[in-house]
Amino acid sequence: MTNDECKKAVLDIIADIAPDEDLSNVKPDLRLRDQLQLDSMDFLDIVMELRKRHGIEVPEADYMRLASLDSCAEYLTPKFNALAAKS
Amino acid sequence: MNSGSQYDVAIIGAGLSGLAAGIRLAHFGKKVCIFERHNAAGGLNSFYSLGGRKYDVGLHAVTNYVPAGVKGTPLGKILRQLRIEREEFELCPQKGSRVAFGPKGEHVLKFNNDFTLLESQVAARFPTQADGFRKIAKHVRETPLSGDGDGSSARAFIRQSIDDPLLEDMLLCPLMFYGSAREDDMDLGQFSIMFRALYLEGFARPYEGVRVMMRVLLEKYRQAGGERRMKCGVRSIVAKDGRAAALILDSGEEIVASQVLSSIGIAETGALIGERPPSERTLGYVETISVLNRPPSALGWGDDTIVFFNDSERFTYRDPEGQVDARSGIICFPNNFQYEGGRELPEGFFRVTCLANFDAWSGLPQETYAADKLRWFDAIQESARRFLPPLDPPDLLARATVATDMFTPTTVVKYTGHVRGAIYGSPVKNPGGRTELSNLFLCGTDQGMLGIVGSMLSGISMANQHILKA
Repeated sequence: MTNDECKKAVLDIIADIAPDEDLSNVKPDLRLRDQLQLDSMDFLDIVMELRKRHGIEVPEADYMRLASLDSCAEYLTPKFNALAAKS
Repeated sequence: MNSGSQYDVAIIGAGLSGLAAGIRLAHFGKKVCIFERHNAAGGLNSFYSLGGRKYDVGLHAVTNYVPAGVKGTPLGKILRQLRIEREEFELCPQKGSRVAFGPKGEHVLKFNNDFTLLESQVAARFPTQADGFRKIAKHVRETPLSGDGDGSSARAFIRQSIDDPLLEDMLLCPLMFYGSAREDDMDLGQFSIMFRALYLEGFARPYEGVRVMMRVLLEKYRQAGGERRMKCGVRSIVAKDGRAAALILDSGEEIVASQVLSSIGIAETGALIGERPPSERTLGYVETISVLNRPPSALGWGDDTIVFFNDSERFTYRDPEGQVDARSGIICFPNNFQYEGGRELPEGFFRVTCLANFDAWSGLPQETYAADKLRWFDAIQESARRFLPPLDPPDLLARATVATDMFTPTTVVKYTGHVRGAIYGSPVKNPGGRTELSNLFLCGTDQGMLGIVGSMLSGISMANQHILKA
């Protein structure tokens, strides 16, 4: 998986949990929280959807790594690829 | 050995909080089952059929209503968390409500879903209090959304900003009637929740009533893979080593679940593990319902959605000495919401709700109970009609009435199992949801988040906090 595919996977999840947000202009280097109305319940949902859809575990200590799309990609892409290599 | 069913999570009660928790848990792959003693879902906010008509129970209006596009509110949160599109709930905003105080209802504060109306009403009728009122509203806006309170007094807080007891009572009356389990005062945290729910946000209702929302929740729950067993009450919880080891159903069947979420209340849950009921005073209600052959506006009653009334110098919110306290109450006209395309309900409804004493209603011989109900039906409606325009001719209401019904605190006990028919639950809340058993948690009214939206939010947050996140 590439970084861009990873960002798309995260955006797909956000689109489902926050269908009332406009995701067409999300800047990858800015904090998601500063561009979208996402609260801690929504971030918990992103984590749980990552587990449900992709089998990826994000421990609570790492939640801040999901702050922006860029940081998501940096943190999650290796996890996606590690899982793919295993299967 | 009994080889009963095994679940990740067992939820007691198919009301709004139990269903909301169930949706979250099932969506994230938990094997979950909801056990409900009644044959209908909804708990304190359900509906029933009588004489070919459907009646809402409980719900006058959905509070916390905000229009599309307003974010960061309780309604928005539950829609996101439950993956519900806001259109699915079919919420239609109110036309307008008022608080009417004084023997003839001469002191009036109107409010609707636009907070500036209430602000301007306060400024016009209580000019010296307007700044204080704005201070209170500012405090509420800055209070985070949670059921946490430190038990401090809402009245004491209000008095820091306004010093007119009439305005204090008029502002508190709707908030207490729509959610306070505490007599004569509110916990400051609950006050903020209710002020937001009623005044800063507002009222709405689906054309077909609460069953629209129930249908949506039941369908989401089913799609997510949740199980539901109706007419299947939980008789007791078997505690072992500080854990809920099993649930025993009314039928004697044994259910094993890793975690248990109880939506039935603090005292009611305690009773399942053999605790003695607390001796706190609780508040019960009666409601009269008249079905009319025309909309209330066609009788000459105008467009009010909800009217909160009180005829006395001070507003008393206490367990009444007698069977009913008809000095104050709530009038609800479900017809007066802005239904899509100007649709009108096929019949008129006139509902009046007053505080009632559970002990004075329970244990009466059948005939006495029936006679008391008839007597109070008339007395309650007569009291309420002082706050509505007079009808011409005066017997017009009787002539327009095609059916009536009434509930008392004992009706509430019969259908919901809530101790003493207490609609808003225990006066002492448990926002954290923990119990003395490590895998048994509470959700619902006794969390301190009130109204339909609040109950759903409570189910969601308890499922998140204690089960999904753990």
